[in-house]
Amino acid sequence: MKNFKRVLALSMAGCLAIGALAGCNNGGKDNSGSGSNSTAASDGAATGGDATKGSVYWLNFKPESDKTLQEVAKMYTKETGVNVKVVTAASGTYEQTLSSEMDKSDAPTLFVIGNSAGVKQWGPYALDLKDTDIAKELNTDAYNLYDADGKLVSIGYCYEAYGIIVNPDLLEKAGHKIDEIKNFDTLKTVVEDIHKNASKLGFDAFTSCDMDDSSSWRFTGHMANLEYFYEEKKAGKTWTECPASLTGDYIQNYKNLFDLCINNSISDPKELATGGHDPSAQFASQKAAFTVQGSWEWTNENQPIKDKVPNAKMIPYYCGVEGEEKAGLNCGTENCWAVNSKASEDDQAATLAFMKWCVTNKEASEKLVNSFGVMPYKNAVDSSNQFLKNANDYTSAGNYVMDWATNYQPNSKEYRAQLVSALNTYCADQSDKNWEQVKSAFVDGWATQYAAANS
Amino acid sequence: MSNDIAKEKPNENANVKAAEVTDNSTNDGYKEFLQKTTPTQQKKQTNGKRRKTINTGYTLRRPLRKWFWLFIGPMVAAFIIGFVWPFIQGIYLSFCQFRLISDAEFVGLDNYIKAFSDQSFMRSFWYTGLFAVVSVILINILAFAVALALTKGIKGSNLFRTVFFMPNLIGGIVLGYIWSMIFDGILSKFGTSIVQDSTWGFWGLIILICWQQIGYMMIIYIAGLNAVPEDMLEAAKIDGANRWQTLWKVTIPNVMPSITICMFLSLTNGFKLFDQNMALTAGQPIVMQDGVGIKQTEMLALNIYNTFYNNTALTARGTAQAKAVIFFVLVAVIGLAQLAYTRKREVQQ
Repeated sequence: MKNFKRVLALSMAGCLAIGALAGCNNGGKDNSGSGSNSTAASDGAATGGDATKGSVYWLNFKPESDKTLQEVAKMYTKETGVNVKVVTAASGTYEQTLSSEMDKSDAPTLFVIGNSAGVKQWGPYALDLKDTDIAKELNTDAYNLYDADGKLVSIGYCYEAYGIIVNPDLLEKAGHKIDEIKNFDTLKTVVEDIHKNASKLGFDAFTSCDMDDSSSWRFTGHMANLEYFYEEKKAGKTWTECPASLTGDYIQNYKNLFDLCINNSISDPKELATGGHDPSAQFASQKAAFTVQGSWEWTNENQPIKDKVPNAKMIPYYCGVEGEEKAGLNCGTENCWAVNSKASEDDQAATLAFMKWCVTNKEASEKLVNSFGVMPYKNAVDSSNQFLKNANDYTSAGNYVMDWATNYQPNSKEYRAQLVSALNTYCADQSDKNWEQVKSAFVDGWATQYAAANS
Repeated sequence: MSNDIAKEKPNENANVKAAEVTDNSTNDGYKEFLQKTTPTQQKKQTNGKRRKTINTGYTLRRPLRKWFWLFIGPMVAAFIIGFVWPFIQGIYLSFCQFRLISDAEFVGLDNYIKAFSDQSFMRSFWYTGLFAVVSVILINILAFAVALALTKGIKGSNLFRTVFFMPNLIGGIVLGYIWSMIFDGILSKFGTSIVQDSTWGFWGLIILICWQQIGYMMIIYIAGLNAVPEDMLEAAKIDGANRWQTLWKVTIPNVMPSITICMFLSLTNGFKLFDQNMALTAGQPIVMQDGVGIKQTEMLALNIYNTFYNNTALTARGTAQAKAVIFFVLVAVIGLAQLAYTRKREVQQ
């Protein structure tokens, strides 16, 4: 009995110790899986490593693409035997997840550096991708990011477009045609007419313009871009780094479009701060004819526009700027691959081989293109995304592309938070005094955040 | 039923205390005795009751002396891995510029200079102080009142205790989102919301923290109230003290240990508040003053978090780390000062 108790006590203490120490295990690399390794062996020259001996760990920042990426990872492992782990950071927590993951011995080999701030912060941990096989596959340099020394820090793996998505059928029901809309004035006429007759028509002009975290980026990130872009255009120079201040010359144009959206939508402007609406569902269920969104909505997992409104079209942000009849869509990306320079050479080689496979393998690139939009690579499958086709049509017609200057926002989270707060106050009471707060958050806020980010 | 428990508990405590006294009185002699004698000798030399105690102690002690590390080891290891080491590393990092903690460069006191010259940090400090004071007062008064009511033998006391304690089991982030929905549901009738009005933001946080912590403090107060010696209360009654006098002169002095611990917990919780702040207001509203956005409801912990993750400056993480060390010292000093102050007022029963 005494022995039994002793054995029991020892085993329980042992269990406790094992349980406590289990958390220390950082999870060894699992190189399970077998099969041919012809693709994996093709790269590796760039880093001197052996792609077949390494493994890939992709820290993804797009939660909506997780399912696709997991499938692609499995496909690659099946084909080459190289293990690919895809981990997706929870929405809005990429920076936190990346910080903690990069400190681990089993750090991501493939991660995202999507803007100039990211280059500054994570550039030192990125491999120079110049002259790698994957870089040679690119068909444009437009979505690549370089650091101050000219190192190719990250390369775009897809690009996207945003603007105003229109439901042409609803426009017709309201007695209008999408071709009528050529600039801000014509857009305003159509929008206000629909909103005025909303109860009769059974649908409104714009979807809800919620200012909560799930939706405010459409206005503080995307729509704000028109102001930055026209500043760039006026100066005749595309930004290559974050400017220290803004002129605010086009803030009135931002106001034009913002006012039009909030005052002609399903929801009362006063209730936008709280949010709680579902703009994507509103558009998909034909409750509104317009929504401010991006090309990814075409294949949105919950409310895919390609199924719900198959003939939807994306038009530019018309905001009352002179010559905007020749405007195109906002095209750009934050989806840029960077390879961890601190990873082992084998892992780097395996990662580069995997990246190349993603953009050259027909089946894989088809899956990725469907999820991401367009992949700017010579051998990737063409996109079936209607909105990106719209973007190309505008470009082919000679219209100017509005680039994603918004990627240069200094301390973007803080900058956008103060803009949201000012816009909330303005939505509750659309007075000139409150608009001054918006202007201050927009222009002065940029300067103070720039100073903070460069302190 | 609860009344019975209330009556029984002091007696139980008295028994325990009596046992402790016996143990203490025999302790020194017992140690000496253990060294000199063998178990067989003990049996011969002692009476029945004493023999039993010694035998149990002896059979337990020998394996314990041999194996204590097995029991303490995991806990000590977890404490070192989870607390001591990160704490030391944290202090070191506050003197460094870093993006990854494994790749830090020593920069001396720069981070501390930046932290102290950051206006938003100083503002958060005063805001947090105000919040902590208001929440400590409200939580403790209300928790004590509820505890008092629930030790009076009201029908269904146990049910009430459970219900009041339950909010404490819900995580801060979830609580923050639930309450933001409740507040916004009400405030939308008045054309505003919790993120638009700093007054509502402040009181929203206070209501939330009260709702979460009153139940927890209540349990501590109930334990304290149950330990108030019945004879003292009876003596007060016989001496003609009214309820109010009994409360102030007998009950409160006797529950001072509970007040000390509840004050300490609510004060440090008030200073450390983070998840609820992030989920409920996230520092909103932000008022632009001379081009600088001032977060009206940002508390210290959230300020540190925002500095760490939302500022892309290369020095930001070191500055945030320095702020965290300052924050630790501040909470420790205030907490210990409060402990020392309230402990002086505790009476020996």
